[in-house]
Amino acid sequence: MNWLWSNLDLVGELMLVHLALSVPAIILSFVVSVPIGWLAHRYRWSRGVLLSICGLLYAIPSLALFIALPAFTGLSLRSPVNLVIALTLYGVAVIVRTSADAFDSVERDIRQSATAVGYSAAGRFWGVELPLAGPVLLSGLRVVIVSTVSLATVGAVIGVPSLGSLFTDGFQRGIQIEIITGIVATIVLALGLDALSVLLGRLLMPWTRRASSNGRVLTARRVREETA
Amino acid sequence: MNLFLDAFAWLADPANWTGPGSIPQRIAEHLWVSALVLVIASAIALPLGALVGHTGRGREPAVMVSGGLRALPTLGVLTLFGIWIGIGLAAPVIALVILAIPPLLAGAYAGFESVDRRTIDAARAMGMRELQVVGKVELPLGMPIVVGGIRSATLQIIATATLAAYIADEGLGRFIFAGLKTRDYGEMLGGSILVILLALVIDGCFALTQRVVVPAGVRATRTAELRSGPTRSRTIVGRPNTEGNQE
Repeated sequence: MNWLWSNLDLVGELMLVHLALSVPAIILSFVVSVPIGWLAHRYRWSRGVLLSICGLLYAIPSLALFIALPAFTGLSLRSPVNLVIALTLYGVAVIVRTSADAFDSVERDIRQSATAVGYSAAGRFWGVELPLAGPVLLSGLRVVIVSTVSLATVGAVIGVPSLGSLFTDGFQRGIQIEIITGIVATIVLALGLDALSVLLGRLLMPWTRRASSNGRVLTARRVREETA
Repeated sequence: MNLFLDAFAWLADPANWTGPGSIPQRIAEHLWVSALVLVIASAIALPLGALVGHTGRGREPAVMVSGGLRALPTLGVLTLFGIWIGIGLAAPVIALVILAIPPLLAGAYAGFESVDRRTIDAARAMGMRELQVVGKVELPLGMPIVVGGIRSATLQIIATATLAAYIADEGLGRFIFAGLKTRDYGEMLGGSILVILLALVIDGCFALTQRVVVPAGVRATRTAELRSGPTRSRTIVGRPNTEGNQE
């Protein structure tokens, strides 16, 4: 325990560094995957291709991707940007399927009604489809938050500092409490960001507070089955 | 592109293909450790998941375990077991088993749960015993999802086994860590290319398996539905009756 008390500053600092790595990756993967998911939803033929690419991307072991990416981007292996790009790619791979499902979950009648009352294609997307897809998009975002925060620690073995540095340092020096601190801090960070996203979801989508009881929003697959 | 040339030069070097620590030996190690972990983790998680999915009891804890364990940073678990158990294969194997359990458990209970309750009632009404319901109805129908769980667990194991080379002299990850230490980017990238190929090949095998295990009956009804479906979307008048099947 002594280690922990004398190194609280270090832990706090690494938490901030860890946030600086994972938050941009989470936001980027969300922003990138929403249009891709919409494409997969809108054009059936693109769905198989896009989802397969994401599946392949997801199959690549993280350490191998961290090493291989600089060969394409020309960045330094120890550059945090390299890590953010890799984490974003994984995030996109995870969230695209969910975001395609999210847009599928918006019922056809609703889309047709929106067109009927005079929404333009763009207006319908921003005003109707995106908000209604919101709850499923949020569920995808939550998965990405947890996996990104956890995956960012792997960067420590190639020399990008994060909470993972507590694992490598603790392992090399044989300090058990340092590794446990790292694990706890990573989980706390993941759960904190997760709670934040849920809170943000409630603020931005006030209607889900009432609707969540009947569970309609999460049955994307069922809606598709019924309307097929 | 120069970097890739280095990697290909490393891959093509005959010295890397023979002797101790050669590429074939590392691939064999990687596969052997992954298979061992998969078997142990499956023996724990699959029956448990099947039980949860079949009885519907203990669903909440199962969801919590499979969700909660996912937040665990793999490197943290590896290094922690590394200092507890020491250098050797035991530490990575135990850590990998723990990390492989969530996807296996989730796949098993989701697969068993996905079977239409009416189908199970029908099987029971025909006089099937409990074990027959599990073995002849739930397992075959839920199989694609169960195999999906095994697929993501296997990918996770292969990825983490690469990382496990940090704490043990094992697998293709050795090339990456050796290259990191000597700043030999060719070796690092060559090792990474091998790992990526291995993961993609195995993922492909599982993708095929997932298709093959769809029961013939299910496949037949699917095509029938496709053919008999209306070409134009029908007007929806009310919702189809899903009584008793609502979440």
